[in-house]
Amino acid sequence: MANKKITVSPMSRRLVMRENVAAYLFMLPFLLFFVAFVLYPMFMCIFTSFFDATMGRDDIFIGFQNYKELFNDPIFWKALKNTLVIVLVSVPVTCVFSLWVASVISRMPMAGTSAFRCIFYLPVVTGSVAVTMVWKWMFNNYYGIFNYLGQNMGLLDKPINWLGDPKYALGCIILILLTTSVGQPIVLYVSALDNVDKSLVEAAEVDGATQMQAFWKIKWPQMMPTTLYILVITTINSFQCFALIQLLTSGGPSNSTMTIMYYIYYNAFKLYRYGYGNAMGVILAIIIAILSAIQFKAGQEK
Amino acid sequence: MKKLLVLLLALTMVFALAACGGQAAPAESAAPAPTESAEPAPAEGVTITLWTYPIGKWTDEATVKDLIADFNAVYPDITVQVEYLDYTNGDDKVNTAIEGGQAPDIVMEGPERLIANCGAKGLMVDLADIVPAGTYDSIIGSCTSANGEVYELPVCMIAHCMAINRDVFEAADALQYLNEETHTWNSVDDFFKAVQAVYDAGYPYVGTIYCGGQGGDQGTRALITNISGGTYANAEHTEYTYASQENAEGLARLYAQDGINFDTAIVASDEIQNFVNGTFQMAFCWNISQEVNNADALGFDVLPMAFPSDTTPSLQGGIWGFGVFNNGDDARIEAAKTFIQFMTSEEEYAKAVEATTFAPVRDVDGIYADNALFPEYSLLSPLMGDYYQITKGWTEARTEWWNMLQRVNDSDGSVESILAEMQAAQDTANAAAAAG
Amino acid sequence: MKKQNRLDINRTKTKVYYVISFILVALIAFTFLFPLYWIITGSFKVKSEILSATPVWVPTEWVMTNYENLMSKRTAPLFDLTLGSLVITGPTVPGAFRWLLNTVFMSTMSMLLTCLTAAMAGYALAKKRFYGRGILFSLIVCAMALPKQVILIPLLREMSALGLYDTIWAVIVPIVGWPFGVFLIKQFAEGIPTEMVEACRIDGASEWRTFTDVMFPMIKPGVGACAIFTFINSWNDYFMQLIMLMSTKELTISLGIATMQGENSTDFGLLMAGSALASVPIIIVFLIFQKYFTKGITMGAVKG
Repeated sequence: MANKKITVSPMSRRLVMRENVAAYLFMLPFLLFFVAFVLYPMFMCIFTSFFDATMGRDDIFIGFQNYKELFNDPIFWKALKNTLVIVLVSVPVTCVFSLWVASVISRMPMAGTSAFRCIFYLPVVTGSVAVTMVWKWMFNNYYGIFNYLGQNMGLLDKPINWLGDPKYALGCIILILLTTSVGQPIVLYVSALDNVDKSLVEAAEVDGATQMQAFWKIKWPQMMPTTLYILVITTINSFQCFALIQLLTSGGPSNSTMTIMYYIYYNAFKLYRYGYGNAMGVILAIIIAILSAIQFKAGQEK
Repeated sequence: MKKLLVLLLALTMVFALAACGGQAAPAESAAPAPTESAEPAPAEGVTITLWTYPIGKWTDEATVKDLIADFNAVYPDITVQVEYLDYTNGDDKVNTAIEGGQAPDIVMEGPERLIANCGAKGLMVDLADIVPAGTYDSIIGSCTSANGEVYELPVCMIAHCMAINRDVFEAADALQYLNEETHTWNSVDDFFKAVQAVYDAGYPYVGTIYCGGQGGDQGTRALITNISGGTYANAEHTEYTYASQENAEGLARLYAQDGINFDTAIVASDEIQNFVNGTFQMAFCWNISQEVNNADALGFDVLPMAFPSDTTPSLQGGIWGFGVFNNGDDARIEAAKTFIQFMTSEEEYAKAVEATTFAPVRDVDGIYADNALFPEYSLLSPLMGDYYQITKGWTEARTEWWNMLQRVNDSDGSVESILAEMQAAQDTANAAAAAG
Repeated sequence: MKKQNRLDINRTKTKVYYVISFILVALIAFTFLFPLYWIITGSFKVKSEILSATPVWVPTEWVMTNYENLMSKRTAPLFDLTLGSLVITGPTVPGAFRWLLNTVFMSTMSMLLTCLTAAMAGYALAKKRFYGRGILFSLIVCAMALPKQVILIPLLREMSALGLYDTIWAVIVPIVGWPFGVFLIKQFAEGIPTEMVEACRIDGASEWRTFTDVMFPMIKPGVGACAIFTFINSWNDYFMQLIMLMSTKELTISLGIATMQGENSTDFGLLMAGSALASVPIIIVFLIFQKYFTKGITMGAVKG
């Protein structure tokens, strides 16, 4: 696309050169950091993935051995599945949930909106270590608040060991992730709802449209850019949920909360298998690249 | 605004250029980087780094500074920089530092890390030349690698034990199953009877097999091998042997017992917390320092106990001491050895040990003279069993251990399925041991 | 008439829906508020109440022990500057102060550097046509969601080769290299009419003048959003800190507290006091600048 524009435009060669130089000079500070601390490590990650690398000795070239082992490693597949589940569940749920909360609190008087917006933003600024610690207590099998309420309200016969049961552990992680990631989407949706053209909505209501219809037909399309942006940041956020798993479950029980991110860390720092960890990183990077491409293409079409 | 922008830009450029210039150097070089501090040290002065795990009060800055002040009174030319590790992230820190070529000079830890891990990888200095003959005979074997290098000079030790809530046991009339004088159970059967009695008295969570993470695995290992009379590793410390019929039967019996629960969501520190607040009536991960740390929160009488056994209980020991990393600088290695020799000298040893709150590893007069708990806990010290934690592949083995417990929790609890899970875990651990 | 009726029914339905929703949102809001309440009250509890099996909702006795421990257990110089062979060391203070200072420095520095580099790069990507633009932008989009764990090992080796390991810069530079800010500002800058930039150029202004005088004021909201995002991300970036920092004087507040834990025992009081200390400043900043926060985020995000 860039090339086309240049050949079509009547700019002279010198001007094109100047434009290029100027552009790269503007890009330079960022590129230095980007190349040095993202692209170069990524390249080294690919490179090392062909080696049997560990601490205290030289790396041994082993070709595709790491990848072969990876595809036969059941924990890797489980981790991959869990990672995708976390992303595919938490992204839409975050969007829907924050849209719903935003639609409710934007109806309140100014002070109420502002107060609730703050409250929902709190977990974002409180820090994951602290928030995780409290959630661990709330999920506690013996005197946690969920079991306490559940049993008192007659919803549970006996206490559930939330984080210790493979059936529930991943769900709990996703729930906590949700509380730490809805803050910004809610802020965004509240102002997006404010900015919707009110006269259109009123006109539709007079014409007998239900609230639901008015919402989906008129408000929703106008909020599309916000939604796309929220999708992007929530996806990023979901891939970063490392601290939660490290602090709460270490990937257990029985690998039910193992994610690729944690498995890489585990291989690198518990088993000292750097090459193997890097091979996993390469696979994850490819998956993320594909996902980003899809998301971005979809966004551009809209 | 503009000025600020320009300033920032300049800063960015300078920094980025510096970063770029440095990058020309091969990033691979694992060679030890020179010490960070550019302080102009006096010609004969050496700076060494000491990293300590939280071993008693060796995590308390005031205590450690006091010990180092003693050292500097004699050796003013050697500067000791201390960094404090924790057990949650400490291993990661040490490993990243090794990977980053910035390993410390001295680490205070146990043989399972210093010998089975760093030593086996050739990162440690052989300390044989500073071990006085005859002083450590009973224990030095646990600090020696399979090839005979001494990678750790031991300072203190402890017999990890279990503990019961004496008040609850008394109320449940379960004290009859144990001997309060010797801190031992009458028999394995009596242990189970005691658990049943407490359970019947209305305590659903008597003891808990915690398996959420690897911390404190010594408790569950000792519990199972003592009940069954089985072994964990062979006597030569070359392979793991816990996948045996008797160990599987022992674990199956625990699985079936009322009041003994598996919990895959908690780790040892949670178990202790639950014991201290009265939720659990037993703790399997206990030692003197737990009682000291929790003194002001304990609302009941704690009775430390050996693990239940039909023969002589064999407790898991903990040994801590100093190891020296080979950073390729002879002056620093010498200084590190000097430091260790000073801390284990006649004058300083008692003080260094009391700072750990654990027991000394050699005869020393007048230690813990005013410590009320020490006599009670020292009764358990003679029961310390084989120190198999120095078997190769220890990191993988302990990881496999708690993963195995998690899988057992998901299984039907039959001896066959438990044995199968144990076998699978043991195979992985042995493969790691063989690979070294 | 019929129409009016339907409208009324709609209105009643809507009202009921909103009342129920409001109650639900209020209940959920409570669970969002609870962790902070629990941490702050917990930091003033005595040990037995912290460990208690029956929740102690309000401390029966408010104590400062946890804060005293936090302040007394570790010490560090307030600052230390190395200029060539000259080392200036500040006065010795409780470690927690130094850690807070480190955390603030880390977040502020990451924020400033990111905003500057991202504003320039975002502008170039949005308004300039140059060779390799498409490829660069694709790389940026792909790298955005890349978890740091992927490049963990090479990054660690690189940092130690550069001599940055165990310095606060090892945490800052990967954040600056993270391309989300560029993406954000590029999207925002694209919404600004190109004519304005071109008009300025025709007037003979230099490239740099065009950027500082015309472009920068217009993309300010986008830069603001980028600043907020980076600051909070960096404040919460536990993982990089865990891997890259080691010495007591280099730690951040959340890491520092972790090193105060004993073997198999977690001092929750200390943990909560530290967490309160780490989160209260940023919450106060958030409350004061709430208006700008939300404005920055929304304007920066939505316009694109």
